[in-house]
Amino acid sequence: MSYQPHTSEDVDRMLAALGLDDVDQLFQPIPSDLRAPADLDLPRPHAEQEVAAELGRLAARNRHLDELTCFLGAGVYDHYVPASVWYLAGRGEFATSYTPYQPEMSQGVLQALFEYQTLISELTGLEVSNASLYDGASAVAEAATMAVAATGRSELLVSAAVAPRVRELLETYSQGLDLKLVEVGALDGRTDLEELRDRAGDQTAGVLLAQPNFFGVVEDVAAAAELAHGAGAKLLVSFDPLTAGVLEPPGRLGADIVVGEGQGLGNHPNFGGPAFGFLACDPADVRRLPGRLVGQTVDSTGRRAFVLTLQAREQHIRREKATSNICTNQTLNAIAAAVYLAWLGPQGLEELGQLCLRAARYAADRLTRIPGVRLAFPDQPFVKEFAVRLPADPAEVGRRLVDHGLLAGLPLAGLAPGLEDGLLVAVTERRTRADIDRLADAMATVLADLGAGQAQGGAGGPVAAGDGRREGEGVGR
Amino acid sequence: MTNAEATPRLHFEAVPWAAGMLDAEPERLVFERSSPGRRASSFPDGGGLPEVDPDTALPAGFRRTAPVRLPEVSERDLVRHYTRLAHRNYAVDLGFYPLGSCTMKYNPKVAEAAAALPGFARLHPAQPAEQVQGALELLARLEHALCELTGLAAATFQPAAGAHGELTGLLIIRAHHEARNDPRRRVVIPDAAHGTNPASVRLAGFEVTTVASSPEGLVDLDALERVLDTDVAAFMITNPNTLGLFERNIARVAELVHGVGGQLYYDGANFNAILGKARPGDMGFDVVHLNLHKTFATPHGGGGPGAGPLVVAEHLADFLPAPVVVKDGPGGSGGPRGGPPEGTFYRWDADRPRSIGRVHGWNGNFGILVRAFAYLLANGGDGLRGVAERAVLNANYLLERLSTAYQLGYPSRPVMHEFVLSARKQKGQGARGLDIAKGLIDRGFHPPTVYFPLIVEEALMVEPTETESLETLDSFADAMLEIAAQAATDAHPLHEAPVTAPVGRLDEARAARQLVARWHPPSDPDQATSDPADEGPPDKPTS
Repeated sequence: MSYQPHTSEDVDRMLAALGLDDVDQLFQPIPSDLRAPADLDLPRPHAEQEVAAELGRLAARNRHLDELTCFLGAGVYDHYVPASVWYLAGRGEFATSYTPYQPEMSQGVLQALFEYQTLISELTGLEVSNASLYDGASAVAEAATMAVAATGRSELLVSAAVAPRVRELLETYSQGLDLKLVEVGALDGRTDLEELRDRAGDQTAGVLLAQPNFFGVVEDVAAAAELAHGAGAKLLVSFDPLTAGVLEPPGRLGADIVVGEGQGLGNHPNFGGPAFGFLACDPADVRRLPGRLVGQTVDSTGRRAFVLTLQAREQHIRREKATSNICTNQTLNAIAAAVYLAWLGPQGLEELGQLCLRAARYAADRLTRIPGVRLAFPDQPFVKEFAVRLPADPAEVGRRLVDHGLLAGLPLAGLAPGLEDGLLVAVTERRTRADIDRLADAMATVLADLGAGQAQGGAGGPVAAGDGRREGEGVGR
Repeated sequence: MTNAEATPRLHFEAVPWAAGMLDAEPERLVFERSSPGRRASSFPDGGGLPEVDPDTALPAGFRRTAPVRLPEVSERDLVRHYTRLAHRNYAVDLGFYPLGSCTMKYNPKVAEAAAALPGFARLHPAQPAEQVQGALELLARLEHALCELTGLAAATFQPAAGAHGELTGLLIIRAHHEARNDPRRRVVIPDAAHGTNPASVRLAGFEVTTVASSPEGLVDLDALERVLDTDVAAFMITNPNTLGLFERNIARVAELVHGVGGQLYYDGANFNAILGKARPGDMGFDVVHLNLHKTFATPHGGGGPGAGPLVVAEHLADFLPAPVVVKDGPGGSGGPRGGPPEGTFYRWDADRPRSIGRVHGWNGNFGILVRAFAYLLANGGDGLRGVAERAVLNANYLLERLSTAYQLGYPSRPVMHEFVLSARKQKGQGARGLDIAKGLIDRGFHPPTVYFPLIVEEALMVEPTETESLETLDSFADAMLEIAAQAATDAHPLHEAPVTAPVGRLDEARAARQLVARWHPPSDPDQATSDPADEGPPDKPTS
């Protein structure tokens, strides 16, 4: 299958115009000893139907979320994607366009991004949003860079209740930056604000929390903001925008930079990408904003129009003095998010949040009625995700539940010290009461088969039982 | 407001997409279509889930206090709005898009269909390996192909774009030097480099040293030698370079860089030119990032998502971001239905003590990798060589047609997949590069990249790609020659261009000086952000 339109007559005519006999003469600048070997181990050409069949074979070797009922989250969630979202975002005029550097012929993408920026501003409670970043994790690193630049300080206090993957990425990015990461522990599943108070000082550029955090727990953003600001630092919050229907946007609680993973906003899980990251900040920080920004202006006849603006921040102008190296971002996924949010509307956003809240609380209630299963942080508020402790190895329980058509959640062993028996369970609006009942019933069966949790109170698992309130202590330290 | 004389004629293959739109009222913002109580969304009633009172479920102070002002529209409103916005956007699916350095080739639809399969799109990245064998097999086979094409040893798929790959590669180079107790501070780049190069160098904690190009537009070997010393971590270069010229002294460059213990970095933005014809690894490169949204025909999405996988030589493989895909079980092929042999198992290997760590939350832009793999299979090795050949043929043919009216930025020929014209002559006649670009919009074509590379005055950087036909190239050339003729007789109409696009030329300085980056309801206090200190944007290169 070739996508080149040239007939052999075309090639002959073009070569004749160039006074050449053979296309290979055009490769004469490449020294002959640098020509690629002819026997590269590459596939043969395939007809389109063969390509479709092979990709179909590979796809069929994966067990996807239409086959398995998903309670797995940890940053990527099985939210419903309305049919209109990719019907519209997938249109060729959006999908096959380049970055809108020629605004007169790119008003579609530019206006969609301007609307996206407005929507992100509404969700986060901050005035200025950029036009998207790679993902939620790298958005955190970009926010950290902003905080360092804004304060002239280099220390970032990172809550242990921020997802381990995000903290790993920060470690990677910090290798090249003047950025020192200092962990602040989590107490009972929540950022330890006392420790934060002790650690925040005149070297602190920023404080990073997640809302809700990795364990699904809702953090006290306002209190953290007060502590950060008291030390002259910025508060950075990684926010799940799907909870904005029930939670106060972090920007209204004092957060200075709000970032997050946008996957749940109309994007499929896609095995982790493409989705997008978002970043919103105060107008005072706009000069340090990474990535692209769309602004409103007028055309030569005075009509409203949109254009990429403040490009003097960007790498193609500022080169080594740029605020970031972001060039290609995740525009199409951001457009999908804009379509999704317009589909949702304010009532939809609230209903979605309520449904998540109801389903998650029902799931927590059903699961903790299984002998030996307890909430890891029973006193903490959550919206759509929570951690339970199991009286058997969560990875093994998860494996067995796959036979019941269930993806039970994320085993926390190795991800959160003190929670080796933990399972992180996510419940979106897609999960029905029947799904949750099926999870609870199957988990009870699996645990019984494993001989675990028979006695009330949960002895018999790999981790000794104790008072729920105390168990969370030290998690993430 | 247009008259027949002022409206340029449309050439064959030109897109009449915008004709007649000038007087049309622009599409309103989705917020301005909003009407209280209207909605597109619907949710199940909860099917017997107990009601929850948020006032008790969430502590006061955590709960939302004010409505999130999303638009209130019906599904019909939603579909019409975004369809109308789509109509106000140019795209490869509509017409020729000769943006230099951007490789705007045709995006095959079989790849879209593949990526949308639930077995790919509806996979959760935290699913255990035994549930995602097809996805891991795809990654392993794509990695093998990229290693073959680059002549290198191992790859990571985490980088989501080219610049992300650059940062990853530079952090790997940093780790390599540090592991040898030989930390270094500088990275050398040519003055013609993409803007992402110096920005990535800074993010990776290095200082930038720029080296000038020679009069023929290649790396100046003497100048390079002068800046090379044992403090140089790497030399970062595109080959063919941003002038579309193959660096024929690349083996000598590699010798010089390696001679001081530096690493040679290949910016893969221009890889389309040498696909299957020459390999960076054979030229001495140690690190390569590829832009799959360029070379492997995945759609650019209006500015992403892309994919910027990084391929490295054996001595750097341990530093790649973890985890990487590994294959256990019998070697060889020939399993059932063309799959791997019985007993093969793919898994993530996260036990990589020398790894620089993660650069993406999960596995990069997997959906883009699926499309790239489909493209790889469709073309096969022979087809990919043909891609490079036709891309280079198209560029040289188009250059031949345009060289009668436009000067070449640097005189060297043949070029590879792209070339850089200078509108120096037209500027003297009163038409700048920007005017020529806007004149092309009126003639139904997307302009080339303008004002890049910076070393060419009034640069017009043209990359036709291999998927354009002779007729399209001729039609575009006719439009370019017509513009040159217009400039030679009377440049003024070009200053007014475009007159047929959905909007006329924009006041870009105003956008920067009076920043309005979001919509506010008319009742809102004016929260428009502005910063009068801004001096407005400089001439902007676009690619």
